[in-house]
Amino acid sequence: MPDLPFLLFSLVAAAAAIMVVTRPIAVHALLYLVVVLLALAGLFFALGAPFAAMLEIIIYAGAVMVLFVFVVMMLNLGRPDRDRERHWMAPAVWIGPSLLSGLLLAALWPALRAAPPAGPGSPTVIGPEAVGIMLYGPYVLSVELASFLLLAGLISAFHIGRDIRGTGTGTGTGTGTGDA
Amino acid sequence: MFGTLRTLWLTFLHMGHRRETVGYPEHKPPLPPRYRGRIILSRDPDGMERCVACNLCAVACPVDCISLQKAEQDGRWYPEYFRINFSRCIFCGLCEEACPTYAIQLTPDFEMSEYLRSNLVYEKEDLLISGPGKYPDYSFFNVAGVKIPGKDKGEAEREAPPVDLHTLLP
Amino acid sequence: MTAPLPVIIGVTLVVLLGLATFLTWFERRLLGLWQDRYGPNRVGPGGLLQAVADGVKILFKQDWIPPFADRAVFVLAPAIGMMTVLLSFGVIPVTALWSIAGTLDVGLLFVLAMMGMGVYGVVLAGWASNSKYALLGGMRAAAQMISYEVFMGLSVLGVVMQAGSFNMRDIVLAQSGLWFVVPQALGCAVFLLAGIAETHRLPFDLPEGENELGAGFHTEYSGMKFGMFFLAEYAGIVLVSALLATLYLGGWQGPLLPPALWFALKTGMLVCLFILLRAALPRPRYDQLMALGWKILLPLSLLNIAATGAILLLRTPG
Repeated sequence: MPDLPFLLFSLVAAAAAIMVVTRPIAVHALLYLVVVLLALAGLFFALGAPFAAMLEIIIYAGAVMVLFVFVVMMLNLGRPDRDRERHWMAPAVWIGPSLLSGLLLAALWPALRAAPPAGPGSPTVIGPEAVGIMLYGPYVLSVELASFLLLAGLISAFHIGRDIRGTGTGTGTGTGTGDA
Repeated sequence: MFGTLRTLWLTFLHMGHRRETVGYPEHKPPLPPRYRGRIILSRDPDGMERCVACNLCAVACPVDCISLQKAEQDGRWYPEYFRINFSRCIFCGLCEEACPTYAIQLTPDFEMSEYLRSNLVYEKEDLLISGPGKYPDYSFFNVAGVKIPGKDKGEAEREAPPVDLHTLLP
Repeated sequence: MTAPLPVIIGVTLVVLLGLATFLTWFERRLLGLWQDRYGPNRVGPGGLLQAVADGVKILFKQDWIPPFADRAVFVLAPAIGMMTVLLSFGVIPVTALWSIAGTLDVGLLFVLAMMGMGVYGVVLAGWASNSKYALLGGMRAAAQMISYEVFMGLSVLGVVMQAGSFNMRDIVLAQSGLWFVVPQALGCAVFLLAGIAETHRLPFDLPEGENELGAGFHTEYSGMKFGMFFLAEYAGIVLVSALLATLYLGGWQGPLLPPALWFALKTGMLVCLFILLRAALPRPRYDQLMALGWKILLPLSLLNIAATGAILLLRTPG
C-alpha cells in the first residue's frame, strides 16, 4: 500500500529522530533535527501537499532551526556539557520514558489498524490555492486567533527591546542598558 | 537614498574614464635622474676609482648593508673589497649623502630581482661603472691635498704650494 | 525536455560552475573598469584564463582542516552552501519549454526554501571552525539572512498575487503584457536588497567583513573548501539575478531575439548591476543593516502586499 518514497522518507525521519536524541553535541542533534524536518517535508510531498512541504522547509528547517543553531552558538558549549550529555544517556535515565512510550504505542496500534486505510496510493495534489481557500473559509477563526497571538508576540517583543533610557543610538535593541 | 543612487551613477560613469594603470613591463615608468635605485661606484674622469674607502657610507647606512676594507697603493686609498647586500638595502640614499668623494651614487634602475638571495650581494666588480656618474668633472684627488703619482703636494686645484718650514723668508 | 537525469546533472554542474568561475574573472575586470584600472589581463586573451589559473591553484592547495574544528560539520558546511544554490537553479525557467529540471507548481517556494537552507552552509561553517572570528561571522550571517529571508518572501508575494501562481513559468507568462517591475517596483527594490543580503554580497557582506572579522565565516577554510564558498557566492549572484529577471523583468520574453538569449541578457545585466553595487557602495554598520531591514523594508513590503491586494480586489468584477 505505501509506495517507496513514502517508506523511504519515513525511515529517514525515524532514523534521524533517533540520532537527534542520542547525539551528545547539541549542534549535531540540531542538524539531525533539520534532516527530520526535511524528511517530513518529503512525506508531505509524497502525500500530495507540495505547499505544506515547502512551508515546512522554509519556516521550520530554514528559519526556526537556524534560530536554534544561533542560540546554541551563543551558549558556547564545551567538553563538560558534552560529558554531561553522555551521562544523561545512561539506561537508568531513558528506560522509564521509553517503556511508557512503548505502552502508548501499544495502545495506539489497534486504533491505527482499525482505522480505514486512507491510502496514499494516488493522492490528489493540494495546491496553495486550495490551502488558502480552506484557511480563509472554514478555518478563518483559527487564522484570526493565530494572528492575534503573533501580533501580541510582536508588540511584547517590541516592548522588551525598547530603548528605555534613551541613551543608545536608537537603532540597536537594549544598547542603552549596558552603561548604567 | 538619493546619495546612494548618485554614487552608483558616478561610479558607472567611470566606465568612460582613462585607466590610471601603467602596464609596467611594457611601459616603463619615467624615473627622474635623482631616483634612488641600484647603487653604483663611479670613477673619476681619469678612470680611477673614486672611492677612498673612508667607511663613511658603511657608518651612515641604517641597515648595515655596506661592508668594505681599505687598501693603499702609491698614496691613493681604495677599497680592497666593497660589498653591498641589496637584500638588506632600503635605498635610503644616506650613503650617497655621506660620501665625501661622490663615489657612491644611486641610479634610477630598480629592476634587480634575483631567484637566489645570495645573488643580491653585489661585489665591487658588480658595483663599479666605467664613468663618473652624476658629477662628470669631479675628481677627488684633484682637489685634495694628498700626494699621488703625477701630482705632488700643493698642485691641486685652488691649493697654495706648501709652506717651506726651513726658510725664514716671509 | 526529457533528457536522462545524469546528463541534466552533468550539464548543470559544468555550465553553472563554469559560469561561476567565469564570473570571478568577469567581476574583477568590471571592477577594474569602474575603478579606472585593468584587473587581471595577463593570463590568456584579456586575462580570461586567470579564472582557470586560480582554479588550478586552489585545487592544488593544501586541504587543511584545523585540529580544533568539528571535522564532520566543517566538511559538510561548504557542501550545503554549494548544493542549495545549485538546486535552486533547477526550477528557473530559461525558456517557455525548458528549465533545468522541469517545472514545479511551487517552484518559487522551492527557491525560497533552498535559500533558507543555504543559511546553514554559512552558519555551520562559522560554528564548526571553532574560532571567534568565524563564530562572529556565522552569527551575523544567521541573523542577517534570516531577517532578509522574511523580506524576500514578503516582497515576492506581490508578484505571486498578480500572477496567481507560485509556478515560475506562469509568473513569466503573466508578464506578457507588462513586466512586473512596473506595478511591483517597490517589491522589486525590496527583493533586490534582500537578494544582496541573502547572497551576502557587498555592500551587505557583513558575515565576511574582512576588515573586522578576518574573513568571517570562512576564516579557517582553505583550498577547495574555500573555493566552494567562493563559487557558491558567485552562483548565488547568478541565481538572484535570474530570479529578478524571471519575477520582475519578464523572463525569456522579448522581441526579435530568441528567448534563451533574452533570459541570458537580462540575467547578465543584473549580474553587472550586482558588481556595480560592489564597486560603488561602502559596507553599512551591522545595526544599520538590521535597522534598514526591520524598520524600512518590512513596512515597505507589507505596504506593497496590502496595496497589491487592494488593487486586485477592486479590479476583480463582482
